[in-house]
Formats: sequence, C-alpha cells, structure tokens
Amino acid sequence: MKVLLAKPGLDGHDVGVKVLAHALKEAGHQVVYTGLKKSIEEIVQKAKDENPDIIGLSILSGTHQILCEKLNEEMRKSKLNIPWIVGGNIPAEDVEALRKTGALEAFPTGTQIDTVVGYISNFKK
Amino acid sequence: MEAKVVNSKKEEIKKVFLESGLEVKPLYTYQDEYKIIPDFKEELPGRYPFTRGIHPLMYRKRPFTIRQYAGFASPEETNERFNFLIKNGQTGLNVAFDLSTQCGLDSDDPRALGEVGRVGMAIDTLEDFEIAFNGIDLDKITVSMTINGSAIVLIAMYFALAEKRGYDLKSLRGTAQNDILKEFIGRGTWIFPVDKSVKLVVDTIEYCAQNVPKYSPVSVCGYHIRESGANPVQEMAYAFCIAKAYSDETMKRGIDIDEFASRLSFNFDIYGNLFEQIAKFRAGRRLWAKIMREEYQTKKEESCWLRMIAGGGGAGLTKEQPENNIVRTAYYALISALSGTQTMALCTYDEAFTIPTEKSAEIALRTMQIMIEEMGICDTVDPLGGSYYIETLTNEMESAIIKEMTKVDEQGGIIQGVASGKVQEAVSRQAYIREKAMQDGKILKVGLNCYKKEEEKRTVEFHPYNIEAANNQVKKLIKKRAVRNNVLVNQLLATVKEDTLNNANLMPSIIAAVKEYATVGEIIGVLKEVYGEYDEPIFF
Repeated sequence: MKVLLAKPGLDGHDVGVKVLAHALKEAGHQVVYTGLKKSIEEIVQKAKDENPDIIGLSILSGTHQILCEKLNEEMRKSKLNIPWIVGGNIPAEDVEALRKTGALEAFPTGTQIDTVVGYISNFKK
Repeated sequence: MEAKVVNSKKEEIKKVFLESGLEVKPLYTYQDEYKIIPDFKEELPGRYPFTRGIHPLMYRKRPFTIRQYAGFASPEETNERFNFLIKNGQTGLNVAFDLSTQCGLDSDDPRALGEVGRVGMAIDTLEDFEIAFNGIDLDKITVSMTINGSAIVLIAMYFALAEKRGYDLKSLRGTAQNDILKEFIGRGTWIFPVDKSVKLVVDTIEYCAQNVPKYSPVSVCGYHIRESGANPVQEMAYAFCIAKAYSDETMKRGIDIDEFASRLSFNFDIYGNLFEQIAKFRAGRRLWAKIMREEYQTKKEESCWLRMIAGGGGAGLTKEQPENNIVRTAYYALISALSGTQTMALCTYDEAFTIPTEKSAEIALRTMQIMIEEMGICDTVDPLGGSYYIETLTNEMESAIIKEMTKVDEQGGIIQGVASGKVQEAVSRQAYIREKAMQDGKILKVGLNCYKKEEEKRTVEFHPYNIEAANNQVKKLIKKRAVRNNVLVNQLLATVKEDTLNNANLMPSIIAAVKEYATVGEIIGVLKEVYGEYDEPIFF
C-alpha cells in the first residue's frame, strides 16, 4: 500500500505523524510524507504526482473540520478520487462530522498506532 | 513510570533503567557519591558551580515566579484572562500567540484560514499589543512571549509599546522564547532557512545587550525537544548545544560573552521519573556553569547561572481520565520546586483537549500556590541536596549530558545537525521507541495502558473557537491598514528590506516600522523576499 501522509495548515506538531510513518514503514507500506505546513492545494498536487492508495491528514490545532472540507472541495475540483483518513486532536463528537465530510475514518489522539496501521493494512480499494 | 524492567534471576530482583538509560540500584550509600565527586559537600547554593541553586537563599527570599501560559481569540479577550490571572495572584505573564502570528502571517492571509485566535491570541499590529497589555504595569508584571519564527517582530513591538507607554528600556524586563533552532527539531513554527533564522536571533541578542540589558531575548527550550520524543539527557544536551551556538554566533559580532550570557534563559520539561528530573536539573545547572566559566571564560558570576522555567509537561498528561492530570501536574510542580526553578508553569488538566477554561487555569494556579503556602517548599534551599541517590544521579546525569553533547559536536555541531535533519531524525526515532514501549506496556501510563476504564464520559468542558473574535480581528486589521500613514509605512518597510540586504541588525528598522503600525505579515513578507523560506528535509 502506498500512503501519503500530510500536514495541512500551520500546525507544527509532527510527533504523531512521524511515529505513524515509522510504524507504517515497518509494516511494509510505502510512505510519502509531505512535511509541515502544506496548503490543501499543495497536498492535492502531491497526491496527483504520487498517486497513493490512501491519504492521511494529521491536524492537531483544532482546524480539522475547515481543512477537511477544503480537501474534499479541492479533490472534487481536480477530479481526484483517493480515499482519505484524518488523525489528531479531534473531539469524539467531531468524528461523525468528519465522516460526513468525506473522511473514511477519523482517529482522535490516544488512538493506538497499531489500530491505525491495522486499518490501513486491511483497507481495500 | 519510565523504567524498563528486566527480570534477572541471578540477582533475584528486577533491574531498573531510567528513560535516559542509567541503571538504578536498589540502595545508595555514602560510598556512591564519594566515589565520583569527592568535593560535593563544599557545594553551596549561590556559589559556583551552582548545583544547589543560583541564589544563596533561593525561595526563602522570594518564591519562584508563577507564569501560566495564556492567550486566545483576540487581544481584547486575552487582556481579560491576563487580568483574571493577575487578580488571582499570578506574578508573571506567558503569552500564547495564534499560529498565524507565530508563522508571520496576517489575520486576513488565506493561509491563516481557521487559525486566527485559535491556539493563542492574534496579533497583527502594535494596536493589538496596546489592547492586550492595557492596564498591566510592565514594571510589576514581567511578560514572557512564546514566539519564535516571527519573534524579532513581536519583540520589536513589545519594546515599541514600552517606549510609547514611557518605560525606560534600560530597566525593562521580560523574556522572549525566540529559540528557533528548537523549532526545527520540534514545534515547527519556523519560517526562514536555518542560517537566516539564527541570524535574526543573534540580532535580538545583540540589540538587547546594547539597549535593553535586563531583557532576556532568548529562552532556550529543551522543553519542546523533550515533548517531541527526546529523553531527559538529550533534552539538556541539545538545549546546551543550542545555547552555545547562539553564544558563538553573537561573539562573532565582537560582543563579549559577559554582555549577554546572563540574559540567556532556559525552558525545560517535566514528566517521567521524579528523581531523574531533579538530577537532570541539578546536573544541568552545574554543567552549564562549568561550560560558561571554563570554556567561555566568563568573568561575571551571573553569566554562569542556568536560569530556567520548568514545568509543563504536556507529553506526560493523558486524555483518558483527565482529572488524573491534576495529580500529575502537582507532582510536576513538586519536582520543579525541588529542582530550584526560577519560574514555574503547569499544563492544565484539560489541555490535551482544549484551550484551558478559567476554572482549569485556576486549578493549575492553585496547585502551585498550595505548594508554596502549605507544604513548606520555600523554607530551605535544595532540600534533596546530600541525598546519596540524588547526588549520585546528578553526577551520572552530568556525564551522560556531556557524552550526548560530544556526539552532536562530532557530527558537525547543532546548526549543521538541524540543517541536515540529523537531529530531527534522532528525536523522532526516540519518539517511536517510546510509543512502542507504551504500546507493549513497557512504559506504563495510568488510564492509558493500565487501570483503564472501558467507557468514559467526557468531563472536560470545551473552549469554543471564537469565530466572531476572529472576524473582528480581520476587520480591525483592515481598518488599521486604511487609517495609518501608508506612505511612511512603505518607506519604513523599504528600510527594513535595505537593512536585510545589507545584513545589518534588523531590530532598529523593525521597531521603527511597528511604531507606525506596519503588520507582522508585512515585515515577515519583506524578510521572505530576501531570505526565502525554509525547505524542510523529510526525515522520519
């Protein structure tokens, strides 16, 4: 599986995303990480270039809803149909809203890394 | 909690290792400490090498400063919270800025979408500072600003505000975090390439040494390096390497070490093993004094002081059973006081979820006050000094920090290590090891991987994002841009650019520009035109 991990917005917390990158690599997946502070447009462009099986967004500043809506919109504009998941400082009650926005799944902080790796490993297009 | 436990049948007891890798014996006696440093009994607080504290009487004379981190929405709302904290006995301020301000973007910049006033207060022009600090006596309440990438602009604003309000810069106190090297390692609010970023930090050190001698322009943060995964030894070692790098760069401009060393301060993290943290600080204080005196040949006593804020420790708190965080932070406060800190700040119990409510901020404040008023924590200096275990561990930590610093030097120094991404890689590897150890139950965390509750009802109250305050902030900015003297602002911005191109110290021209209400985004924008932006090496 090829996974694109991305940090949209201005949030600089990258411990979680890097730990996940390590774990995914160890589980045998191919990981592309964008680095910090990418605009949604840049992330969509990266997705076009890399053609991953799945995209993972990491957002810890609380801006998940706004940024995920923007991702959906930009993907639609680019006629890109890649499934995406989101992780970060997400209150439990926001999970459903994110799913409705188009996230395949939302993983709040505190989620076991194995859970996310398992989810991606079992994911079938 | 951090201890790795290995069963050893031969000794029939468990082997215990600290997170830093040091082994802990079941018993320490007088033989341990004497073995390593025979003259420790001569160590006294207020005397080189300051292991026991930088002042002779420490808290007996004055308790540590309480400086809770605060700031959200607009300067108006933040001013209210500041006044609430001061009214309740807080003795210093620690200002939180939103991410747009931290990244040098104006509130109406498209990249600031959703971020205005979210994780801190939004600042666009000097007018916002005037509002935020309205009614606060800058002589009585010292202000610390958590700002890094755009620090030079915010420091300039603070000085401009002080001057406008009639304070003498020669006696103005306060602190800026302004430690950009650690931002590249963890936290991530960098803007410019590494060398240019360091140049800006040195500009502020140079300017303060000459014009605002009591201000601390840099607070070197082991804190965020530790929060990003580093162990306690790495935390101290990287912080010292960074402080040395800023010192070296400042001295290259012909400034004597004694003119600025005493104004360098530190910010450290507290979570994990209690004794390991206390030994870390005592060892750090001794080692920093030695580095300053022996390596840098400082003449002034104060140049050898490791002045610090110590507390936190966000990474030690859990979202599970959040009330337990009140207990955890009380222990962190105890550790901090037993370590001889100058300033203390605690994370609030709900901080893993949200911006602290007034209530949770009050609990954190009271936690420290209870310790000061009820526990006798201020009665005597370095109460753990002379403990066989603490003294031995202090010695061992010192050696371990020196070893880690040597490793950085051998790899070409901290600036090179950060620019290449090697340091980031080491820290992120450590974070992964820690995460795996937690998942495997080798590191235990109550509520997270032991003593779990199946179903938890959330008891934390959420601080709502104030979209109205964000919109008002944008309106205020647009209005300010229309009413200020734009001809003058453009001239002053041109001067900033000229000074940037000429590699001059940018503080004077930025102070002049902010006084006429040039915005954070405009000034950082000018610098970007010359310096470009940082291109992050991807390592994990």
